[in-house]
Amino acid sequence: MSTGNDNTTYNYKVVRQFAIMTVVWGIVGMAVGVLIAAQLVWPQLNFDLPWTSFGRLRPLHTNAVIFAFGGSALFATSYYVVQRTSQARLFSDTLAAFTFWGWQAIIVAAAITLPLGFTSTKEYAELEWPIDIAIAIVWVSYAIVFFGTIMRRKMKHIYVANWFYGAFIITIAVLHIVNNLEVPVTAWKSYSIYAGTIDAMVQWWYGHNAVGFFLTAGFLGMMYYFVPKQAGRPVYSYRLSIVHFWALISIYVWAGAHHLHYSALPDWAQSAGMVMSLILLAPSWGGMINGMMTLSGAWHKLRTDPILRFLVVSLSFYGMSTFEGPMMSIKTVNALSHNTDWTVGHVHSGALGWVAMISIGAIYHLIPKLHGLKDMYSVSLINVHFWLATIGTVLYIASMWVNGIMQGLMWRAVNADGTLTYSFVEAVVASGPGYFVRALGGLVFLAGMLIMAYNVWMTVKQKDAVALDNAPHTA
Amino acid sequence: MSDLNTFWSLWISAIVLGSIFGCAWLLYTTRKSQTTDTETENTMGHAFDGIEEYDNPLPKWWLYMFMATIVFGLAYSVLYPTLGNYPGVLGWTSTNQWEKEVSQADEKYGPIFAQYSSMTVEDLANDAGALEIGQRLFANNCAVCHGSSGRGSYGFPNLTDNDWLYGGEADTIKQTILAGRNGAMPAKGLNPNLSEAEIGDLVNYLLAFTNRADDAASAEKGAALFQTACAACHGADAKGTHAMGAPNLTDGIWLYGGTAAQIKQTIVHGRAGVMPAHNDLLGEDKVHILAAYVYSLSLNK
Repeated sequence: MSTGNDNTTYNYKVVRQFAIMTVVWGIVGMAVGVLIAAQLVWPQLNFDLPWTSFGRLRPLHTNAVIFAFGGSALFATSYYVVQRTSQARLFSDTLAAFTFWGWQAIIVAAAITLPLGFTSTKEYAELEWPIDIAIAIVWVSYAIVFFGTIMRRKMKHIYVANWFYGAFIITIAVLHIVNNLEVPVTAWKSYSIYAGTIDAMVQWWYGHNAVGFFLTAGFLGMMYYFVPKQAGRPVYSYRLSIVHFWALISIYVWAGAHHLHYSALPDWAQSAGMVMSLILLAPSWGGMINGMMTLSGAWHKLRTDPILRFLVVSLSFYGMSTFEGPMMSIKTVNALSHNTDWTVGHVHSGALGWVAMISIGAIYHLIPKLHGLKDMYSVSLINVHFWLATIGTVLYIASMWVNGIMQGLMWRAVNADGTLTYSFVEAVVASGPGYFVRALGGLVFLAGMLIMAYNVWMTVKQKDAVALDNAPHTA
Repeated sequence: MSDLNTFWSLWISAIVLGSIFGCAWLLYTTRKSQTTDTETENTMGHAFDGIEEYDNPLPKWWLYMFMATIVFGLAYSVLYPTLGNYPGVLGWTSTNQWEKEVSQADEKYGPIFAQYSSMTVEDLANDAGALEIGQRLFANNCAVCHGSSGRGSYGFPNLTDNDWLYGGEADTIKQTILAGRNGAMPAKGLNPNLSEAEIGDLVNYLLAFTNRADDAASAEKGAALFQTACAACHGADAKGTHAMGAPNLTDGIWLYGGTAAQIKQTIVHGRAGVMPAHNDLLGEDKVHILAAYVYSLSLNK
């Protein structure tokens, strides 16, 4: 459509840097995940050292996979997509470079301070106050680069992918700042300004929207570019994207209360959290439908294109976990599932199946394009990676379903006299085989990431590969 | 809940209903503006990096599912407390659900425990049926501190060894469980002026009971100090006093460890042990059976 008449060039350097770091942090974060999964099978792997104990490595794993791996994937793809769909160069190369180095420095700081035991104890927001401030500064810079680029766009409309990226950037800024309001007492210790139940509610308003905006809205932005691009098909329904976008962002912010069912949280807040979580089903599925239906007329491409397979399977897992989530938010279901491994499995069907798989697909799409190549070094290795990722995810979530439901049932089982049938430790012992299968699933998934690293390395090493920067845009 | 003021209650109701009706309005207007009711090849006329968008209508099954969840959500908000202080038609609260479940359980299981209340603790300790229930009650309520076999751990007494802080008679055990205990050993006993050397003497005196003292002269000095600083609770012979919950210090059984360093730690800083009261938690019938089970653990030992 565009005439592409000017001398606009794109900044691919920062995209390339974030794309490579996506692979690196993916391997690091998932390797720590496999280690802590193995610790639950073989406790000796805690090595009796504070720095390698489960309690300190678990937040390292979650922060690394969400913010280092997922974050790098979002930075890379959003910078790429916003330039190409706006036909404009990034607003500021300097600020973009600052977001890259700033984000990497924050990740390194997290990797040092979390094992040392510096933590504000809020789940997914464990980092202490100096790092929180650094995150806020980098994030605001990110917003300036992104929205500055949108304002430079050559066309009237803003592409749907950019709505999602934009909502993700704004909301994460608000969530991060509000949840991390804290009073520093020393250089590495602070206390939340909220108390008791309010603190819990603010934390889970943040926590669930880390899922809703970081891991969902941001990755839907990714989906809206890479799925139609890789399939070579128009997006199924513009109208559907409008409705599910506005419904998703307005309803998601309510859902956090479902983490606090049957707690000291007032009943009305619990009910509102549950009602909104159920209403969220359709807006969530809107994204899945729009992605899946975009493939109609291109299903045959799945036979030959493993990148497309990654994207489609990620949408399937997205649809599955966004069905599971509303079900788990129902109070009576939650009474069984809460605090069990079912929750862990649910998170990973989203994290491995949706977030990781769509990122992997997007990175396989990007790497050749950022290096002036037609394809990855080996398409068959992408296929191998696809199967390892799928099998790993299925092993993981199936074992956690079994464990979770078993734990829920064991905890509530009573004898004829009303006493509990099982002590807690008996449920832990019974979970052993599930923990083994989970660690195995994680290992299989990690193996796929190592194959990806090799494939990426061989691609960028090819002799006709050039690290494209200042690439002229071709419409 | 009714602890919101009117403003917040209305505010919450407004934004909850606003979000839900906002979705309904979005569906309505989008559906109304659709150019076609069936799938189309028409696009919206704009392209981004080559990506076009079809002008397809909202999928019908999806639309109906969305509307169904909205209807469910509104109905739920009317039936259950959702809109601020509005209590909901059904009058449900999480507190009254809990109270109802507890009273149902009491009604159903209460007679099982009550059938043993007329028997003495001593008799129950030989009743297999009571002991089976007692063991389960112990596993649910006591094992977390005293261990699943009742052998205790650091700071938590062993219940199987016939060494009792407050006495091992059946009724005393029952009293301990019903009302709980607060074991308080003040730092440096009754003599806050004990010097470092004097504390060393006391440690030697106590170690001497199990022939572990490394300095007989020091132990002798310690014996004299013991009479002023410790004997009021632990007794002149250091064999303890059940009425005070003061342990026997001569038998080689130590609640907080029996090494020289651990004994010194106890003397210097004191100790505070808490056994929670269970009368309000379990009720007397269950405690009665539990006491029999605990009593049985050290029987014939």
